[in-house]
Amino acid sequence: MKKSILLTLSITLTLISGFAVSEERGIGGVESLRGTAELEATRVADPMKKVPRDQVDIESSYVFQPPLIPHHIRSYEVSLNANKCLSCHGWKNAKQMGATKISVTHFTNRNDEVLADVSPRRYFCLQCHVTQADAKPLVGNSFERVKSLQ
Amino acid sequence: MKWIINALKGFWTILRRPSKAAVGIVLFMGFAGGLIFWGAFNTGMEATNTEEFCSGCHAPIVAEIQETIHYANRSGVRAICSDCHVPHAWTDKIVRKVQASKELFAYFVTQTINTPEKFKERRAHLAEREWARLKKNDSLECRNCHNFDYMDFSEQSPRSVRQHSTALASGDNTCVDCHKGIAHKLPDMHKVDGWQ
Repeated sequence: MKKSILLTLSITLTLISGFAVSEERGIGGVESLRGTAELEATRVADPMKKVPRDQVDIESSYVFQPPLIPHHIRSYEVSLNANKCLSCHGWKNAKQMGATKISVTHFTNRNDEVLADVSPRRYFCLQCHVTQADAKPLVGNSFERVKSLQ
Repeated sequence: MKWIINALKGFWTILRRPSKAAVGIVLFMGFAGGLIFWGAFNTGMEATNTEEFCSGCHAPIVAEIQETIHYANRSGVRAICSDCHVPHAWTDKIVRKVQASKELFAYFVTQTINTPEKFKERRAHLAEREWARLKKNDSLECRNCHNFDYMDFSEQSPRSVRQHSTALASGDNTCVDCHKGIAHKLPDMHKVDGWQ
C-alpha cells in the first residue's frame, strides 16, 4: 500500500514537472535585449551601425577618459608595420595635419620612465580610443558627467 | 631536316612570286588576317588583366583588397588589380606588360615571392617600386577615375579639403604621397616620409 502510494506520487510529480519544464523551455516567454527569438533559433541580425565620416569632437564623460574618435577609420592600418593614427596624431605631424596630439602620458612606460617615442604599451590606439556610431542606447540610464566636466 | 628546308624554300617562292589572285582578294585577305591577329592579340592581353590571372601568383595580395573601399562599397563601383597597376593608354600598357615579363622570370625562375614568407619579406621592395612608378607618372592610374578638376571641396571633409586644396592643387604632392596602402596591407612604414 505504502509502495503504491509512493509510486503514484512520484509518477504524478514527474508528469507535473515534465509539463512545467515543457512550458518553460527556451526563453520561457521572457523578452530580453535579444528580443523574443528562441535560444535555438538564429535571430535576424540588426542592421550594421554606420560611423559618420566626421563629427564634432565628443566631450569626455569622466576625468582621464580616452578621447573618442570623431571620424571614421575604415581601412586605417594599425599593425606592427604601420600606424595610420600616428601619421596624423603623432607629435611629428600633428600640427601640420591639424590633428590633436597624443597625450604625453603615451610616452611613459609602466615604470613611469619617460621614453623618446610612443611607449609600446600605448601603440595600439584602438584598445582605448574608439569610434562612435549614432546608435540608440539599448537600455536607459541616468549617468551624468562629473561636476567638473559639466 | 631536309623537308623543313624544302618547305621553307617553297614558302619563300610563294612569297616571291607575283600572286595570281586579284589585288582586291589579296588586300582583303591581308585586312582580314590583320583583324584576326589584332583581335587575338588584344583579347590575349586583356585576359592577363583579370583578377583570376593576377591571383595565379599574387593570391594573398589580391585577397587584401576585398575589404577596402575600392572593392566593397555602397555604389557597386569596383576597381580591380589592373585598373590601378596597368596603364590604360595602349603604348604605356605595352611598356608595362613587357616589364612584367621580367617579373614572370622572378616568379618562376628565381622564385622570389613564391611562398607567403618570401612575399612578406619582399613586400617593402614591391611596394616601393609601385609607389615610385605612381609618383613618376603623377598617380596616373588614380586620376583615370579621380579627376582633381571635378573634386567638389564642399562635399569633402575638412581634413581632406585642407590637403587637397594645398599640396595636391599646387602639384607639390601627388595622390600616392598620402594615399598609401589604400588597397593593400602596408610594409614596414617606419622609414617612409609622413609615417612614424
